[in-house]
Amino acid sequence: MRAVGSVAVAVFRESVRDRVFYNLLLFAVLLVGASILIGQLTAGQDVKIIKDLGLAATSLFGLFIAIFVGIHLVSKEVDRRSVYPLFAKPIRRGEFILGKYFGLLLTLLANMAVMTVAMYGVLYFLSRGVPPQIQGAWDAPAMDPALLKAIALIYLNLAVVTAVALFFSTYSSPMLSAVFTLGVYVAGQFNADLKHFDAVVQSPAAIALARACYYVLPDFAKFDVKLAVVHGLPVSGSYLASTAAYAVMYIAALLFGAVVLFSRRDFK
Amino acid sequence: MTRAIAGVAAAACLGGAVALHAAQDTRWPAPKVDRPELMYLRSSTVVKRVVGDYDAIAADLYWIRALQHFGGERISAPSHVRTYALLYPLLDLTTSLDPYFSIAYRFGAIFLGEAYPDGPGRPDLSVALLRKGLAAQPARWQYMMDLGFVYYWHLRDYKSAATTFQQASEVPGAPSWLRPLAAVTLAEGGHRDASRALWQQLAQSEEPWLRDSAKLRLAQLDTMDVIESLQQPVQAFRGAHPGEPVTWDRLVAARLLPGIPLDSSRTPFVLDPNTGAITVARESGLFPLPGQIQAPR
Repeated sequence: MRAVGSVAVAVFRESVRDRVFYNLLLFAVLLVGASILIGQLTAGQDVKIIKDLGLAATSLFGLFIAIFVGIHLVSKEVDRRSVYPLFAKPIRRGEFILGKYFGLLLTLLANMAVMTVAMYGVLYFLSRGVPPQIQGAWDAPAMDPALLKAIALIYLNLAVVTAVALFFSTYSSPMLSAVFTLGVYVAGQFNADLKHFDAVVQSPAAIALARACYYVLPDFAKFDVKLAVVHGLPVSGSYLASTAAYAVMYIAALLFGAVVLFSRRDFK
Repeated sequence: MTRAIAGVAAAACLGGAVALHAAQDTRWPAPKVDRPELMYLRSSTVVKRVVGDYDAIAADLYWIRALQHFGGERISAPSHVRTYALLYPLLDLTTSLDPYFSIAYRFGAIFLGEAYPDGPGRPDLSVALLRKGLAAQPARWQYMMDLGFVYYWHLRDYKSAATTFQQASEVPGAPSWLRPLAAVTLAEGGHRDASRALWQQLAQSEEPWLRDSAKLRLAQLDTMDVIESLQQPVQAFRGAHPGEPVTWDRLVAARLLPGIPLDSSRTPFVLDPNTGAITVARESGLFPLPGQIQAPR
């Protein structure tokens, strides 16, 4: 476990060196700029829109980091040949893969934690001084702790995307890994269509294939509760728990697969 | 070359480019930007596919566009023919992307029902939008109440209004004043006092826009009372001078009025010299009164 931790910390430090966290600056400018402009554009919906914008930006920026950093996690080490001295040390390939994965998760966690604090800050600023009877008409309070449910599921979504990127990164070039990961992400968005494929084709084989893809591909729509949370609709603890369990199982499958593929590569 | 020199050179070159751009604009003005009323995507199914996870923020953008479109048409130059053509498609997309966007339903219904030229004058679309909201959230008594208002105020269908208010009053959590409102609407449909009672309830709303709209309606009702009271001297003049045109000046000269009457937005009322009909002027902040003008279809 110590080896996994060391690799993870190294990945986090590299992210800092690579200026990955510069996106936070963009996020801050986006939120603060929007909070100033939106009041004049939206007929009193500024709190709702800042929540939508904050959650969407958190998800989108995280997605870019997960894909574009994730696809280089392994290939960069191989291209730079830094993987050779690394494997001369007492570190197994599986530990290397896990370390890389958890390092990027740590980067995403730090990134999302800052974004969450910034979003709550802007929401506090916007709701300050608003009379209680107007706040009472909002679907949910400005500083609604339920927003954390949406953020937690965005994080799990990104954890799955990172695992997909890392999986492809173990045996493919960064360019192809990016294409594959984006492909899986987009397919995972429209997963529900695969389930109802029998409505558009007659062939039992095609229907069975679509049904198999429906279950095998990650269902990213599960992780999206942004709309419900912003409108103060309930998101149950059991839903969160089952979705988290689904993410953990899927991530574990991808990481095991990545370890198998990476173990078969010849670095001699 | 040092970094400082390179930085200064970069800034100087950018400054030069900006100056050249400005100079060219003076000599060869940039073509006027054509702003046709464009909506590239109208199908909510397609838009949902395109935006994926980001449906809520896309709904916000379409909502802002709907507001801009409505406001832009409303304050457009007199030479521009106001069509509000994109208003319903934009509201429909907004509410398809975010089915819980209550303000889009409620304000959208107000905008759509607003009489021409201040709105498209399409209460039928207000009804469609609010019914869509009720399909998404059947327990929203606010949508039912708004629907009742549309039936009452714009469509003058007092029976439907009363039924809708009654249904709204039966929703758990609905305010207690909705039930008597249903009764009053049915008993006094078309009476100004019943209408005033409805708008006074809306004037208590937490939403500033809704409050403003209700205040305007209340002012319009007061104005209709004033118009009614002005009919008396007009009829007296016409009785005394049959066949002669009636004007405010002649009424003042005949000492039937102390001066030219103004509405609450300080604009003189309009008096038809031939028929004696009184209404508010187009320039008035109260224009148009209910039924004063019809929208082009």
